[in-house]
Amino acid sequence: MSAETDTGLKVTSGPLIYRQSVWTRVTHWVWALCLFFLLLSGLQIFNAHPALYIGQQSGFEFENAVLEIGAVNSEAGPRGRTILFGRSFDTTGVLGLSGTAERPQFTGFPGAVTIPSYRDLGTGRVVHFFFGWIFVLALFVWFVASLVSGHMRRDIIPKRRDLAQAPGDLVDHVRFRFHHNRTYGPLQRLTYAVVMFILFPLIVLTGLTMSPGINASWPFLLDLFGGRQTARTIHFGVMVLLVLFFVIHIVMVVAAGPINELRSMITGWYRTSPNVEPMPGDKP
Amino acid sequence: MSALTFNRRRFLGGAAAAGSGLVLAGCDQFDFLGQRDNRVRQVLEQANVLTYQVQRRLIGSQSLAREYSPSEIRQGQKPNGSTDPSTPEYQFLKAQDFAPYRLTVKGMVEKEVSFSLAELRNMPAKNQITRHDCVEGWSCIAKWTGTPLGAVLDMAGVKPEARFCVYHCFDNIQKTLSGDIFYYESSDLVDAYHPQTILAYGLNDQALPVANGAPVRLRIERALGYKQPKYLHTIELVDDLTPFGRGHGGYWEDVGYDWYGGI
Repeated sequence: MSAETDTGLKVTSGPLIYRQSVWTRVTHWVWALCLFFLLLSGLQIFNAHPALYIGQQSGFEFENAVLEIGAVNSEAGPRGRTILFGRSFDTTGVLGLSGTAERPQFTGFPGAVTIPSYRDLGTGRVVHFFFGWIFVLALFVWFVASLVSGHMRRDIIPKRRDLAQAPGDLVDHVRFRFHHNRTYGPLQRLTYAVVMFILFPLIVLTGLTMSPGINASWPFLLDLFGGRQTARTIHFGVMVLLVLFFVIHIVMVVAAGPINELRSMITGWYRTSPNVEPMPGDKP
Repeated sequence: MSALTFNRRRFLGGAAAAGSGLVLAGCDQFDFLGQRDNRVRQVLEQANVLTYQVQRRLIGSQSLAREYSPSEIRQGQKPNGSTDPSTPEYQFLKAQDFAPYRLTVKGMVEKEVSFSLAELRNMPAKNQITRHDCVEGWSCIAKWTGTPLGAVLDMAGVKPEARFCVYHCFDNIQKTLSGDIFYYESSDLVDAYHPQTILAYGLNDQALPVANGAPVRLRIERALGYKQPKYLHTIELVDDLTPFGRGHGGYWEDVGYDWYGGI
């Protein structure tokens, strides 16, 4: 990753460019904070009834569950059990039953990943709805700012050629060969487009669909998602996808150069690859 | 370059420490948020006030909760909370098949009124097949039969200064050394006068069972289950909720749930 200049000196990097606007940076960190609290308080809320269903209601006298987390007794003592799409898994130590032998914890998700760590649905809801509001506010700010500045059209919305180049870009990513260009690469555009235009709106709308108040004013949400319980299941599924996104996001940041990536998301300035042509406004 | 390497190493170390700190944070670092008098929690709770005010403007007073077809009643109504209050008073009424039962409307009203179960049943009845949403996350569809609360309130004549209905119940949900704590709830007058808000005495074409709140429970269909008090005996019109319980407007509100309950 180096280029020869006219003077014969090796250049190991391209110009420093102003890549991230203040709107992108502020909303990024607000979302990071919100998603942390939303996840942990959300798992607290889930623990109040650790099962997911398809349809309008929860089947107590009929079967429509797709996920059930609980504990069962066995000859060797209690075990954590998770039933996913009809298949049963022993999840002792993680789901259904966790903690130590002296202090077993019979909860869906362990207290280590819930806020508060003990069972407290009321507090979980307080935390969840507070950060839910902040999350939606940041989403609104980002959509307006990105539309006005052109960031959405320029950097996020995938172009036809992004689809064509995506397989090659995927191979590069798997090989940890990163291109530090002025704008996002094909895979970044596709990923951020999915997060911004699908996952974020979906998790907000399915969350609202669980509100009986919102059901009265926007009943079409119930039809859109196929019932309140299906909306709850989708809400959970999108959470899993966002956690997956977070893990890959962090791995990519670390692999692509954490100092440079973090600097660009804090100060806005980003060090490009040597093949990037300098433009007015860049720094050397 | 060495400075950069050093910085990077130090940074990665710091990032790892901060990261694991965040992961461990879930253990108990945020447990202080469970304390009602914590200042941070009180700030976070303001989001519930915002939710209430925004939803009240968005929803309007007349928009209806969804009603379902009879084919969607696929199971009995799952009972939750108390299923048979143990007070002598309630047990006596239950033994008498609720014949001596009276529902009283009092407080900021023109005249205090009370009704027997038979009188309530003789008032104009309303049937609705609705979805009961528990705060825990589950839902259950059932048919409720009752008389609209608004008409009952009008018979008592609600005074203009009244702002809330407080619903008092026979339900001694919690037994403590200093005596029983009784379930109570409250709502604003928008919910009280909502066309689907009924004093329910029937469930799935049967008399309301004891486990589901016999003889009368309230249905506020645009709110969660804890806003639908069972074993109801008195409705009190007030302009202030602080004198009741621990002052938050309901048994579950007193232990930290949001008062609005529409989300």
